Amino acid sequence: MKKILSIGMIRGLLAQVVGMAIGFGLVTLLQTLTGQPLKAEPAWVVGGFISALSFLTGLGIFNDWFRMARGDEVPEPEEVEEPRGLRRYWGVSYDHKVIGVQYAFLSLFLLAMGGSFALIFRVELAQAGLQFLSFNLFNTLIGLHGMVLIASILMGISAISNYVIPLIIGARDMAFPRLNAFSFWVAVPGALLLVFSLALGGFETGWTGYPPLSVRGPMGVQMFFLGVWFVGWSSILGALNLITTILRMRSKGMGYFRMPILAWAVLSTSIIALTATQMIGLSFQLVLFERLLGMGFFDPAQGGNPILFQHLFWFYSHPAVYIFVLPGLGVVSELLPVFVRKPLFGYRWVAMSSFGIGLVGFLVWAHHMFAAGMEEYLRVPFMYSTLLVAVPTGVKFFSWTATIWQGRMRLQTPMLFLIGAIVIFLLGGITGPLLGTVSTDLHATDTYYVVGHFHATMFGGYVFPFFAALYYWYPKITGRRMSERLGKWHFWLLFIGFMVMSLGQMRIGLLGMRRRIADYDPALGFQLPNLIITLAGFAVALSVLLLFINMFRSARKGEPATGNLWESRSPEWQIPSPTPAHNFSGEVVVTGDPYDYGLEGAPGYVRLEADLTHSPQPAD
Amino acid sequence: MSAEVPALKPAHSYAYKLRTQRIGLWLFILSDAFMFGGLLVTRFYLLGNRRPDLDQFVGLIVTSVLLISSFFMNRAEVHISQGNQRGFITSTLITMLLGIGFLAGVIGVEWRMAHFGPADGPQGAVFYMMTGMHAFHVLTGVIFLAIILRNGLKGHYSAERHWAVEAAANYWHFVDVVWIFFYPALYLIGMAI
Repeated sequence: MKKILSIGMIRGLLAQVVGMAIGFGLVTLLQTLTGQPLKAEPAWVVGGFISALSFLTGLGIFNDWFRMARGDEVPEPEEVEEPRGLRRYWGVSYDHKVIGVQYAFLSLFLLAMGGSFALIFRVELAQAGLQFLSFNLFNTLIGLHGMVLIASILMGISAISNYVIPLIIGARDMAFPRLNAFSFWVAVPGALLLVFSLALGGFETGWTGYPPLSVRGPMGVQMFFLGVWFVGWSSILGALNLITTILRMRSKGMGYFRMPILAWAVLSTSIIALTATQMIGLSFQLVLFERLLGMGFFDPAQGGNPILFQHLFWFYSHPAVYIFVLPGLGVVSELLPVFVRKPLFGYRWVAMSSFGIGLVGFLVWAHHMFAAGMEEYLRVPFMYSTLLVAVPTGVKFFSWTATIWQGRMRLQTPMLFLIGAIVIFLLGGITGPLLGTVSTDLHATDTYYVVGHFHATMFGGYVFPFFAALYYWYPKITGRRMSERLGKWHFWLLFIGFMVMSLGQMRIGLLGMRRRIADYDPALGFQLPNLIITLAGFAVALSVLLLFINMFRSARKGEPATGNLWESRSPEWQIPSPTPAHNFSGEVVVTGDPYDYGLEGAPGYVRLEADLTHSPQPAD
Repeated sequence: MSAEVPALKPAHSYAYKLRTQRIGLWLFILSDAFMFGGLLVTRFYLLGNRRPDLDQFVGLIVTSVLLISSFFMNRAEVHISQGNQRGFITSTLITMLLGIGFLAGVIGVEWRMAHFGPADGPQGAVFYMMTGMHAFHVLTGVIFLAIILRNGLKGHYSAERHWAVEAAANYWHFVDVVWIFFYPALYLIGMAI
């Protein structure tokens, strides 16, 4: 028993259950004592809130902060003794590499879960008529599919940035290792609360949680709000940490325009995540209180305005897609030169284009509301700002094309995924203006065309680059490389499956198939296309299963790869794999440009200096 | 942090960490400011040029109390940076008491005197949410002050090392600045309804 309780995750889970009971009991007791009618909803909400805090307390993430508040000395995060082996990954660790792997594990877990939700409702949609889901469960599943995968994507980009950013800027760890651990762990109870909404009757709103429906629907929506709220804190604090790390921890000689391009991408993403995420938290919080206390923010019957919710919500939720894709596009720009053995074309422009997308991304939110009855004079300005996003994105595409041009391409698995990312993001990009233009959007809004377009941007901008990054940095984490054969199977199955799925969705969308419906009229003739889309969805799921098998098998049986496997210039490949504790034993000094591949006589990007800390130092 | 630890890496030196932590705090404040900005947007979107009908006298009193508390917060920080422990303790204590006074004024007096509840239309929703969120931040600030007061009494801060005091002070000023926007938005701008 004591041995089991020494695992932080288990302590946390137990504490979460206890916390839920305490919160629920407390509110019920208060209601009984004051003689009010017993209502379950406030009890569940308070219980849910306390349960998440209990998880973190039980885990022990607050211990050091409590000690600091008491005025006790706490050790440097680097010097904290941590359990060895796999147990390290199931409790609090301050090592950015461990946290990166924890993020990746949570991300893949949520990816499998959110994807399975999609498979369930895709089976329902394969035929007209209602087969085995109820309307409410169907709606809950599409909502959870959306939000669980958003959480998965947020965890995925955190995985990449946590593991890779300190390594590629030559740092020993993140700027705030304790906060880093907190940012990861606060997402775990958040994700649990999200899924717990299924047990409280689900919710009918989809992932957007629009009032007035969310004010009136079943109680599960409250757990959904709470879950998003906690996952949002993970995103905000992680972003804060990454910005500080990139500003402060770069190695000697790494000026801003000698940073790896991924650092630029993560920096701009983090600025969006740091600021805009507050708005989704606030908008959901307002609905939560509207349900609890009857506050009239969004209910027109009480003088509220539901359009306000959409403004607040999309102020985050549109920039959110740039939070998702900017690191992905950064991965493409980062890895492409390695695999085509040429310098990245237009480094400064690419670096600035991430900022351009981030900046313009703040000014486009109302294009989600063209058909919502919003103030009419806002439509055209938001149309123009939306189309403006194509300019910095185009810069990236030109850079990629020019980088590939006449390169000596090495078609290894990560490169395949990079090509897939570019092609599919192009598909997602060129189907966008039709939705960004008011006149055409009014016809295509709320159809499967939107679904197809959105999934193309997410797969091109996040999923494919994320998989490329997994194949690329997996040897850095484990010291073994993943099977190329399985990797290529994974790629082709995913690429073809996704293309069929996405193009099929766009096609039936333009022909009039509405989104977010559990049933459709067979006379519309969408039975066969829907069946094909469902089958393609299963192909996508199968390909991800191949990835899991590949990761699991290669961890033990993969071909050992401890050196500079991809012949990269980046600092992380100049040290052995798996990455040693505290990364670099000495100082990293930048001596050249990051992407000077294939240039005769170009100086190396970095020089690793001998270890100075462990050798005796002259007294000063 | 004893003196005999030789040759700290620059990344571990107090001065280096201090600058890093300052960036972290300001980023947090920037992030939090967006939340308060969202509340202001909510207020103007729902109420426009109307405002909740509130007691002007109480509003003026609590606003003055909070502004004066910021003055003493600043005194506390200046005292500790000059090594004046007693002045630091006194000023922190006054700041804390003024903060608690502000909370009592808003939650204990203003909330009771208001002739509408949170469920009474948009003005109720806006008023209670804005003052509630702000009061929550004042409360966390008071807790932060209690921590530095306790550690200050134990002599943990010196003229050179008082990052916790600086952080608490900046956070306190931030919450004060938020009120400088909230006070006119709730009490002064528009016609009372």
